Parts: sequence; structure tokens; C-alpha cells
Amino acid sequence: MANQLEIRNLHARIESGEEILKGVNLVVPKGEIHAVMGPNGSGKSTLAKIVAGDPSYEVTAGEILVDGQSVMEMEADERARHGLFLAFQYPVEVPGVTNANFLRLALQAKLGQDVSVMEFYGKLQKALQILEWDESILTRYLNDGFSGGEKKRNEILQLMVLEPTYAILDETDSGLDIDALKVVSKGVNAMRGPGFGAVLITHYQRLLNYITPDVVHVMVEGKIVTSGGPELALKLEEQGYEWVKGLAVAAG
Amino acid sequence: MSDFDVATIGSDYKYGFRDEVKPVFKAEKGLSRRVVEAISYHKGEPQWMLDFRLRALEIYQSKPVPTWGGDLSGLNMDEIYFYAKPTEQRDARSWDEVPEEIRRTYEKLGIPEAERKVLAGVGAQYDSEMVYHQVKEELQRLGVIFVSIEEGLKHHEDLFREYFATVIPPEDNKYAALNSAVWSGGSFVYVPKGVKVDLPLQAYFRVNTAELGQFERTIIVVDEGADMHYIEGCTAPTYTTDSFHSGVIEIVVNQGARSRYTTIQNWSHNMYNLVTQRALVKKDAYHMWLDGNLGSKLTMKYPSSYLVEPGARSDILSIAFASTGQHQDAGGKLIFAAPHTSGSIVSKSISKGSGRSSYRGQIKIYENADHAKVNVECDALLINEESRTDTYPYMEIENNTATVGHEATVSRLNDEQIFYLQSRGLPEDEAAALIVRGFIEPVAKELPLEYAVELNKLVELEMEGSVG
Repeated sequence: MANQLEIRNLHARIESGEEILKGVNLVVPKGEIHAVMGPNGSGKSTLAKIVAGDPSYEVTAGEILVDGQSVMEMEADERARHGLFLAFQYPVEVPGVTNANFLRLALQAKLGQDVSVMEFYGKLQKALQILEWDESILTRYLNDGFSGGEKKRNEILQLMVLEPTYAILDETDSGLDIDALKVVSKGVNAMRGPGFGAVLITHYQRLLNYITPDVVHVMVEGKIVTSGGPELALKLEEQGYEWVKGLAVAAG
Repeated sequence: MSDFDVATIGSDYKYGFRDEVKPVFKAEKGLSRRVVEAISYHKGEPQWMLDFRLRALEIYQSKPVPTWGGDLSGLNMDEIYFYAKPTEQRDARSWDEVPEEIRRTYEKLGIPEAERKVLAGVGAQYDSEMVYHQVKEELQRLGVIFVSIEEGLKHHEDLFREYFATVIPPEDNKYAALNSAVWSGGSFVYVPKGVKVDLPLQAYFRVNTAELGQFERTIIVVDEGADMHYIEGCTAPTYTTDSFHSGVIEIVVNQGARSRYTTIQNWSHNMYNLVTQRALVKKDAYHMWLDGNLGSKLTMKYPSSYLVEPGARSDILSIAFASTGQHQDAGGKLIFAAPHTSGSIVSKSISKGSGRSSYRGQIKIYENADHAKVNVECDALLINEESRTDTYPYMEIENNTATVGHEATVSRLNDEQIFYLQSRGLPEDEAAALIVRGFIEPVAKELPLEYAVELNKLVELEMEGSVG
């Protein structure tokens, strides 16, 4: 089907290691924001990286479809140009490459054409304003020496400049204080609209106070075991993950 | 320095084209007393210079081939032409006076264009002679001398003799001795007291004739309180036989002066490149070496600064890029011979394929050098499994008030960085090139913009198809 990010029966493992994803099914229609919650080690981050095309994992079965088209044969950069974006849980430092230079190259790669300085800075300034961030961040080297919070905010800056169709935010809330969390949420909410779909991966309900999800999924032991509305997140907050682990056993 | 419209020969070396230029005179192959005499004769030199050359030849012959560095066993002096004179006229003042085929080469390399836009003066050496030399008129009026070394000897003999072979005597090493015997071409630069040369002076070295040795000799004197930046660029055609380049660069930076010597060496991969370059830095003066080595088969080059008076300072910044079949043996030397002297060496090397880069550095702090300060940082980046790097740091510290820092890192091209950049839409090659550019950025940012852009382009070319 078009107009959705679809993950169909996805099985994957670390190269010749044990299976981490054991048949994930997930559909995120364009225009919606879904949360994927779950205990540590349930495979949430692995799912995020595999969707983005991380070559260190091996997909043994299943498919990922973006607007009806399989991306399984695409490398990470092709997937990005195809509209996918991953906000990393641990953004990588690239010393010597300024944020501005990197963002412009990435935007040009995404659009497949040169971007004028005017147009580029227009986009940047709008995003910086929403993220309540100073322009000096642009001349710093990409994530180099950034605090944990700055790194996360920088992921959202990239999200806003590159404007993907589907984004996966991998524990963007972890390590953020409440002010930073608000600002980051403001950035994601600014992206919200009919042309944008997202998956928020998180442990905690806290983030969902600021970004209200359309659907909440719970992932346990490499599978989505239950889905529901925002109230599901509240239930997890109150009752913890023990009861859903039972669901995994039932489903397994 | 942009828009090189050059037919590419070889996979990634874009300056490998050659011209059908026949030298007007070429010495017989190999090195002999007769060849040295012929060179001196063709230059119409005074007797003292011929005597100097012949003495240097003896020193050269008495010294063994060094074995501590790169592999020199393939360098056969009997197969080298030691002198090729491209044209009768030296030091043309206008590009119109340069023979057309030769002029076209420099146009392809973008030199006249760069001269108009961003340089204060240009010298162009083709094979063994400087075919062009010009410096902006207002600098000439201020007394700035920027001519070929031969014209320097002819027209400024006293000044020439005051400095020639004083910083690097022929006894210094085998190849300094060789250069002293057969030197030809190079620049003679004098910047008078207090004169600040805002734009760089550039010398461009081109070897066109196959199996030729190029032995330029450059003397730069930056007088008290003066300021100057000299840039050297080098390319050559790609031949199946080897060529040889062995320059000697002597620099004197007088009290309170500032000078900077930048090299972007991009010889073809059949070139042995053995260069001795040294600066004598006086009271409160400053000298920077910025040494970029991308080309050649083997480069052995360790720019050195002798800090001989109090307050003298020097930084050595080095980039080496060794691709398959190449060995870059590079680094720097800092000699502290006076109190309150300070300096640093920053070396960034990249090895790709089976390429090998070695950092070789020497720090010597003499007993009298109270409160000397030095910091050495050498970082190596390996692109592929079979890439190689070595570090040879030598330190001799005779004064216990010295502050010495040394840091060395070796890293591999990082898969996580590649994936991160790829996940933002950059193809793998571009991601790798961007990481490499970031790696050399601390050095590259010291380059004038046009050269930094050109260096980045060279790095991108080198990185095409190198990963994955």
C-alpha cells in the first residue's frame, strides 16, 4: 500500500549471531506518529537501525516497504534519499566536519541538486528558532564534543532540515532534561503534518506527554505484542512491562 | 586553481598529461663531473660556484645511501637525466614570452589565472629551469626580490653568497649534497625589513621529461619584521619509468619576522621525492611549514625549523596521503637552541589500499634552551585492512625546564561514522571522503581557501572507490 511505512514479518540477527527480531509487523501511515515502547533488549533499537539500512545486521526474512516500495535492496544512503530518517540513540561524532557543511551536503544529496546558500540558511534559521538554538552550533564540528542533550537536539535539527517522509526517533528522549525534552518535542511537533510519519522509540511515557502518539505499540522479545491508543502508554507507566512479557510468551 | 580541463591519465591522477616539448639541451644520462660542469657552463656561473658544485659532488659520492627511511633501492642514478633545459630564455616576465606548449601546460594547471586572482607573484619551473618569474609591481618597488635562483646569483651575488648553503650545507645529507652539485632552478626570495607581502608568492614545479631529475634550490630571506607566505606546488606526467626530485629549501627568518612555506606536492606515482627544507628562525620570529604530500612513489621529507634565538617559534603542519604503491615518509624536525623558544608538530596521515605512511619526527632541546615548549601530535588514519602506518618519534631533551607534549593516535575508517553519514543520504564514497576531510581539517584550515578547496577535491578523487 502506498502512503505508509510498512514492516512486514521482519526477522533479523546480528551477522551470524542470534535472532533479535522475530517477525515484526508494523504499519505507520503517513501523517501519523506511532510510539514503540518496550523493555530493554526487546529489539527496538535494532529495528530502527535495520529500517535505516545498517549493514551490520542481517535480515533473514520479511520486508520493509516505503509507500509500497521495498527498500530491502537499498543501501542506507539510498533509503535516506528515499525519505527515511533515523534519529540515532547515540549520534556519532565526526570531527573536522562542520555542522553547516554536513547539513548542506546531506540536503543536496537528498534533493539531488545544489541548494543555494540563501535557501539553505532560510531552512536552518527556521529550525534553529524552533529548537531555541544559537547559530554558533553551525560552525561546530558534527557532534564533536557535544553534550548528550546537544547531540539529541542536533538529530532533530537534521530531521527538520532534511524533511524526510518517515522518521524513526530512537530514544531521543533518553538523557534529556525536561527543558531539552520540551524543545526537542517542539521540533518533532513542527514536523507533524499529512506528509510526515514517525516512529518514536522510547522506554518512558514522559516523551508522550509532549508528543501525543496516534498509536502505541509494545515490543517484547523481537515482536510487537500489543498495540493501542495513548492510554496504553499510561498503563505501561503504571504497571510496568511485566504483564506484556506474558503476552510475548502467549504470542511465541 | 579550479576548472582543470585536463585529460585524465591513470585512474585518479589528473595531472598525468605530458607535452611534446623537446628540451633545447639535455645532459647525458647519469651523474658525473662532466655533467656537473655542463650544468655550470650552461648557467654561466662564477668559478666559486663551480668549485662548490664539484666539492658537493665528492661529498655526495662519499656518503652511503640512507637505509633508515623508505626503500631507495629502485632509484638508479645511471638512468636519470640530471639536467634538461626547456628553453633558452629564463625568467620570462610575461606569459606571452613563454613558449606556447609550455605556457599551455601552466594554463591547464590554472597558474596564470591564480596569479591574476590570488597571488602576489609566480615562479614556474619546467624541467630544470624557471621559465617564468613575476612579482607584482608594487612589491618590486618596495624592494621585494622574487626571481629564479640563477638570476639571484647573477644580479644579487653578495646577498646570495651571504645565505647560500648556510642553512643546509652540502655535508648535511647525501641528497643535500647531490642537490648542491647539480642544483638548477628554484627561487631566490628576499623580503626587506618591515615589508608585508599580503598575498602568497607561488612557485610551481613541473617535470615533463621522462627520467628527469629536478633539483631546485630555493633561498628565502625574510628580513626583520617582514611577513611572507610562499607556496610550492608540484606535478608531473605519469610515465612507466621513474623520475626524481630532490630540492633544497633554505629559509632565514630574521628578528620579529613571520614566514610561512606551504607545499602541495602531488607528483605522479613514479616520482622519488627527497627534499631537504630548513628554516633558521631568529629572535621573536615565527615560521610555519605546511607540508601536504599526496603524490610520488616515495617521499622522504621532514621540514625542519632551527629556533636559534630567544622567543623564536615554529609550527610544522603535515598531511600525508599514501595510496597503493606509495610510501610517504614525512614529518618534521624542531631544534630548540635558545631560551623561550616554542613550537609544535601536527601530523595527519592517511593510508589507503596498500599505501604506507610513516611519521618521522625529531625534537631536540639543547641545554641552553630554558623554558622551551613543544607539542607533537601525530594522527594516522587507515582506510583499508592492508594499509600501513608507522611512527618514528625521536626526542632528545637536555634541559629540564622544557615542556614537552606528545600524542599519537592510529584509527581505522570508522563504520559507525560511515553509516551515520550514509543514513543522511551521502553515498559511501562521499561519506568516507568527508570523514577524511574532517580528519585533515585541523591542518587544511590553515591553507588559503583556493588551496583548501583543491586539496579537498584531491582527497575526494583519492577516495573514489576506496571503501565498500
